[in-house]
Amino acid sequence: MSQPLGVANEDAIKLTGAERKAVRQRSFRLLAALALPQKKMFALTVLLVLVSNAARVALPLLIAFAIDSTLPAVREGNWAALGLTGGAYILCAVTAGVMLSWYINAAARISQAMLLDLRLRVFRHTQRLSLEFHESYTSGRIISRQTSDLETLRELLDQGVSELASSCVFIVFTLASIFMLDWQSGIIVCFAAIPVTGLFYWYQSRSEVLYRESRVVSAKVISTFVETMTGIRAVKAFRREKANDQNYADLAEQYRANNVKSFNLFGILQPGLVLLGNLTVAGLLAFGGFRILDGTMQVGVMVALLLASKRIFQPMDEIAMFYSSLQSATAALEKVSGLLEEEPTVKEPPAPRSIEQVRGELAFKDAVFGYGDGPVIMDRFDLSIPAGQTVAVVGQTGAGKSTLAKLIARFYDLRSGSLTLDGVAIKDLSNEQLRRHVVMVTQEAFLFSGSVAENIALGRPGASLQEIQDAAKAVGAHQFILDLPDGYDTDVNKRGGRVSAGQRQLISFARAFLADPAVLILDEATSSLDIPSERAVQHGLQTLLGNRTALIIAHRLSTVQIADRVLVVHGGKIVEDGSPQQLIADGGRFAALHKAWQDSLV
Amino acid sequence: MARRKNAGNQEAIPLSTTLKRLKPFVAPVLPRLIGGFFCALGAGIVALAIPQVLAKLVNEVLHYNGASGEVWFAVSIIAALGFLEALLIFLRRQFVLKPAAGVETDMRIHFYQHLQRLPVSFHERWGSGQLLSRSMSDLSLLRRWLAFGAMMLIVDTVTVITGLTLMFFHSWILGLLFLLGSIPIAIKAYHFRNDFRAASRLSQDQAGDLATAVEESVHGIRVIKAFGRGRDMYEGFNAQAKSLQETELSKARTLASFLLTVVAVPEVILGIGLVIGIAQVAAGTLSVGSLVAFFAIAAVIAIPVEAMGMLLGMTLSTKTALDRHFEVMDAVNDITSPDSPATPGEFTGAVELEHVRFSYPDEAGRARPILADINLEIRPGETMALVGITGSGKSTLLNLVPRLHDATAGTVKVHGMDVRDWDLEKLRTEIAVAFEDTTLFSTTIRENVLMGAPAGLDEQQREALLAEALDVAQAQFAYSLADGVETLIGEEGLSLSGGQRQRIALARAIAAQPRVLVLDDPLSALDVRTEEAVTQRLRAVLEGTTTLVVAHRPSTVMLADRVALLRDGRIDAVGSHAHLLSTNEHYRYVIASLDDDEQESQIPSEVNR
Repeated sequence: MSQPLGVANEDAIKLTGAERKAVRQRSFRLLAALALPQKKMFALTVLLVLVSNAARVALPLLIAFAIDSTLPAVREGNWAALGLTGGAYILCAVTAGVMLSWYINAAARISQAMLLDLRLRVFRHTQRLSLEFHESYTSGRIISRQTSDLETLRELLDQGVSELASSCVFIVFTLASIFMLDWQSGIIVCFAAIPVTGLFYWYQSRSEVLYRESRVVSAKVISTFVETMTGIRAVKAFRREKANDQNYADLAEQYRANNVKSFNLFGILQPGLVLLGNLTVAGLLAFGGFRILDGTMQVGVMVALLLASKRIFQPMDEIAMFYSSLQSATAALEKVSGLLEEEPTVKEPPAPRSIEQVRGELAFKDAVFGYGDGPVIMDRFDLSIPAGQTVAVVGQTGAGKSTLAKLIARFYDLRSGSLTLDGVAIKDLSNEQLRRHVVMVTQEAFLFSGSVAENIALGRPGASLQEIQDAAKAVGAHQFILDLPDGYDTDVNKRGGRVSAGQRQLISFARAFLADPAVLILDEATSSLDIPSERAVQHGLQTLLGNRTALIIAHRLSTVQIADRVLVVHGGKIVEDGSPQQLIADGGRFAALHKAWQDSLV
Repeated sequence: MARRKNAGNQEAIPLSTTLKRLKPFVAPVLPRLIGGFFCALGAGIVALAIPQVLAKLVNEVLHYNGASGEVWFAVSIIAALGFLEALLIFLRRQFVLKPAAGVETDMRIHFYQHLQRLPVSFHERWGSGQLLSRSMSDLSLLRRWLAFGAMMLIVDTVTVITGLTLMFFHSWILGLLFLLGSIPIAIKAYHFRNDFRAASRLSQDQAGDLATAVEESVHGIRVIKAFGRGRDMYEGFNAQAKSLQETELSKARTLASFLLTVVAVPEVILGIGLVIGIAQVAAGTLSVGSLVAFFAIAAVIAIPVEAMGMLLGMTLSTKTALDRHFEVMDAVNDITSPDSPATPGEFTGAVELEHVRFSYPDEAGRARPILADINLEIRPGETMALVGITGSGKSTLLNLVPRLHDATAGTVKVHGMDVRDWDLEKLRTEIAVAFEDTTLFSTTIRENVLMGAPAGLDEQQREALLAEALDVAQAQFAYSLADGVETLIGEEGLSLSGGQRQRIALARAIAAQPRVLVLDDPLSALDVRTEEAVTQRLRAVLEGTTTLVVAHRPSTVMLADRVALLRDGRIDAVGSHAHLLSTNEHYRYVIASLDDDEQESQIPSEVNR
């Protein structure tokens, strides 16, 4: 497969051989990449486990020794032997406990480090991905990738790392002790590995599909949940509760059914292993029993052998659980690694150029744009905006005004042609530089949880409260903020529920003011403002825009009053370009729009 | 930036209290759980019996040069017991897992249903990530505990007690010694419980806040990108994720130190026991068989003793997860239908607000109320525009009509009847709304628009209604999309522009054909021409429908018969646009576009009022 699959076919459960191979491989690669930096800690854990288990395995051996050798010695009056044996037992016991406790800590450190690593990777990567990706890949999916998918890795690591290492070492040690006691019995135990492997193979092939399905279904459950909670007002207003109940119950039910199926599968693996273990013990008993009858085996050895062979199968349970978690986590990492495979369509330049003193001159040349592989939206246009000019862009909904704004903000890249800022292609600017100099305020004024002040400070982190207040004053937001219960410290709550749309727009304007960029893009940023607020904003803008380049997209032609130049966009083309007065005089589209607007006023 | 909003650790709720609340969910499946418990117990007993039988064989069968038939007899007993153990484990899972998954799913569905009914004010306080973590990971923890933890904790306890009794049977001195070892464990367990419970609750809350941070980082992606704040968001997330990591590590430390006690203490005691035992055997006061059996039992119960440490941790995590669950389930829904809802005598369409006062409960007394004393009567069939500066409470007022919020004082009446006397669903059927934030659902455009459509229409009528609504809202663009009105939109579908979304939302409100229509600045994202077209069509549609519309522009005001001016939480004036324009200075200030010169002089005085 030459092209990475990414998140394509994410919902597929039955995969072709090649697809399966690709997703499994990338999933394991991710797991390996996460585990690699922890290799020293892993080594330490294994060491701790080795010592801890050696100590534990020694315990039954010491008992056997006590019965077979110490007891006769004591009978002969050698009490020191008893003291030594007892001392060794206690030493082993304490060592086992201390090492166990140490390695629980070490294992937690490994699993938390890997988890943090993955969390941060996924977070950083989704933030890096272009808007184009976010518009098609739903937020519910991203949330699901970052919560429940990561949770499966957590489950794997939480029980897995320590348990698996300790189990394997325990088995090896116990097996070695069995061999030491009686090599023939050891061989019998080894034969048991054949049916055990078969059982695991059977389980793996069945569970893989179920776990893959589980990820798809759980993502649906999560998406539905998040969509309902974020849109709760509309849910209530349109009485969607009952229909949603049904829909969600169906999905939760699907999720349950899938879970039950994989539980049942595990429900065969687990007792199957116990059965194999017990039959092995019975086999050993038969084999050893006869040898005791004919006197070739000692009673003490026999006891130790049987206890050891009973013990050797106990960690099988944990290995089975680890294996099951591994299957679950692999299925989840198939999805996560797919997300990580996605490349941003708008790429950071490998060798970014920087501009010393940004003036704010923008130029499109032979520019062509279309979304993805879709049809051309804007075909071959040139546009030059001198530094410091305030340009209003007007036109009907869907004419391409927002596209122009998104191109300058580099939410999308041109298909061909160039866009430069002060003669430097914006593609060549580092993201950080670009965002410092070019800022866009959109109609949808999103507020993050936190205080009003924090939300404004998003424009320039580290700004002082005075600077924040100055920015708020400049856009006329100061007064309403002071009227809030805690002023600038008021928590805006989830999605700014208590702050009206107009207030949100004012806050996001204050953000832009604080950011103080060389190029400011306003995409319908005043749509929900009342007239006095809009006036205040415009007043503030006139001060701000003194020597800034600005691109203002607005339905309200009131904004045009502060513009030096007007662009009329229609059908993806710039059809009129000139000063407002000039265009009104020309009697074209803008003149008509302007007249309609004037009529709409008082 | 996303600040932690911990629901807070209230005073510790006793474990038994939390568990009692599971009763309604667990009661129906209790017989199966008990069946599972007995299977688990049986499996535990068998596991314990196997070494017993082995000891017996060592003592009584294999000592002498006995017949081979006796060996086979012994082997078949062990094999049979082994088979029985596996069977019991199989049955335990069969008994338990399905009902446990059922309880998990039931509680998850109830949780969702409860959340859907909790008032908007609740949702304003709770991040959806925090709620999500409570609905997913907390409940799956419960399932695992029910199916495994709770049961194994009991089984292990029984196993350990049985084992101890048997140990007493073989040697009371050694048994007593072993029992003494449990004293330090009990003391340690007490501290462990407190520390672990606190850490577990903290980690669950932090995980929930982290989910909220993820949710915001995705929903706010445009703003983050526009301001290039990816790094700051990352750093904030990093800090949050690190503090969760720290909590998890401290949880592990607590567990590790507890397990140290649980593992080392009994084994040390056994070491002492070994010395005493051997001495006793040497003195002839104890048989070798009993000593062997004693240690065989000790070997068997060492595992459940260690497991009990883990299971105790799991139980505590489940308890805190349940506390988190019930914390939400206990949130009171204060906007509900009355016990015996009334029906208005006549569906007049009148909407009245009498002495309505509103402030958010948690802000009461700290800030001036958003609505102080609202008296407003909207006559049947009338269109009333609501005008006021940003933050004057227009949107809040609209929310009171369909009872998305309840007035703090005063009465809101629809069709002459207090909204609190209405059946909630009926009330909301009477009223259709279009909000400023236009939430569309993940379904087709057709389904979205016809969402509130009257029931009982045939296919043809629905089609006609759809076409009409899209036409009025100037949303004909829907037909030109790839799949036309069947195009999927919302979260899972095509992302529409703000103006397109607003028109679909408007079409949705119109298609509901309500008697009362509530519109919050419904044309804000439309360009002048579209707005003009919508306004013209809307005037005709609104004929006969009581409409309350928030207006920021003269163009929207044109829809209205009368205008109400909102100022400082009161209705300042009501009248026609022309009348208010000529008589009310504040109205002119709010709605009129003045000449530039006047603007200059007006702004400072009014805005910084």
